[in-house]
Amino acid sequence: MSTSQMVMYDEEFQEINEVIERLLKDSNAKVIFLVDKNGQLISGVGETDRFDTTSLASLTAGNIAATGGLAKLIGEKEFSILFHEGEKDNLHISIVGGRVILVVLFDNRSSLGLVRLRVKKSSEELSIIFDKLMKKSEEQTKSGSSSFPFAEITDDDIDNLFN
Amino acid sequence: MSFINYASREINCKIVYYGPGLCGKTTNLQHVYSKTAPEAKGKMISLATETERTLFFDFLPLALGEIRGFKTRFHLYTVPGQVFYDASRKLILKGVDGIVFVADSQEERMDANIESLENLRINLKEQGYDLDKLPYVVQYNKRDLPNAVSVEELRKELNPTNVPDFEACASTGEGVFETLKAVAKLILVDLKKGK
Repeated sequence: MSTSQMVMYDEEFQEINEVIERLLKDSNAKVIFLVDKNGQLISGVGETDRFDTTSLASLTAGNIAATGGLAKLIGEKEFSILFHEGEKDNLHISIVGGRVILVVLFDNRSSLGLVRLRVKKSSEELSIIFDKLMKKSEEQTKSGSSSFPFAEITDDDIDNLFN
Repeated sequence: MSFINYASREINCKIVYYGPGLCGKTTNLQHVYSKTAPEAKGKMISLATETERTLFFDFLPLALGEIRGFKTRFHLYTVPGQVFYDASRKLILKGVDGIVFVADSQEERMDANIESLENLRINLKEQGYDLDKLPYVVQYNKRDLPNAVSVEELRKELNPTNVPDFEACASTGEGVFETLKAVAKLILVDLKKGK
């Protein structure tokens, strides 16, 4: 496999949520969510109930992938920030630590400048947490100590899913 | 690359439906969507042209239930089948956990099937994957059409490695869930091995 499996643990999940909760407040945003580059939602804070976060995650990742493809065509490594302006709501999308996508949804109670400023600071914090997470997951895999929940599943467990 | 979240006790996997243009990848997803209970599915997204040809991808999130206390979610994607959308196809293969190759059984589409399968191998290789090492199944779609080639012949051309294969008619739904179940099962067995 080309990439290692993404694993999220309780400790880091809490740390991540603390950072994005703070960002939500500091940037006066409506919703913030984190997505991995394959389109899986990692976490979301704010008015998440009002939005279809699964679809948002998948489309965001598709968007980042498509602009990444464009970047390569013109000789850039990637476009690390995307901004979509709507009549009421806006989306600020940025890449954190090269592998995670941070999405901030905000309206006229905030501004692009404020969001950019706050996102920059939070991105640094998030990068550190994700680095730690990657190391932790690699170590656990190496030492074979990961309490992987699927190691003990039976064929019956799998069959039951489809009934 | 599946995503295991111990905090929310979820496992997310990505399945990609690949195949030549108009072979029925989107129709497969539409059937799954229409036959799945509302609580088990999310919204189906289709990024298509005005003539309903897939432009970028279709997306359908499914929640299958729990295994050992972990919610198991599958994200189903299709690629645009038309040859000139190759750049988009590559993007969708990123982070794939399992592949369904949908073949068009019609005689005149045989070359398109072969070309698409070769394209799949090449695009996977570019991302560092090997089709022979991925959970992978083949579906022979459009079995109901009068000009359908025999399964033996399709198998010979499109499934030399003898992976699980299924006859289907996606427009009526025949074989659609069998195909999905088979690939999902292969992914879970792979996860079990701790890959």
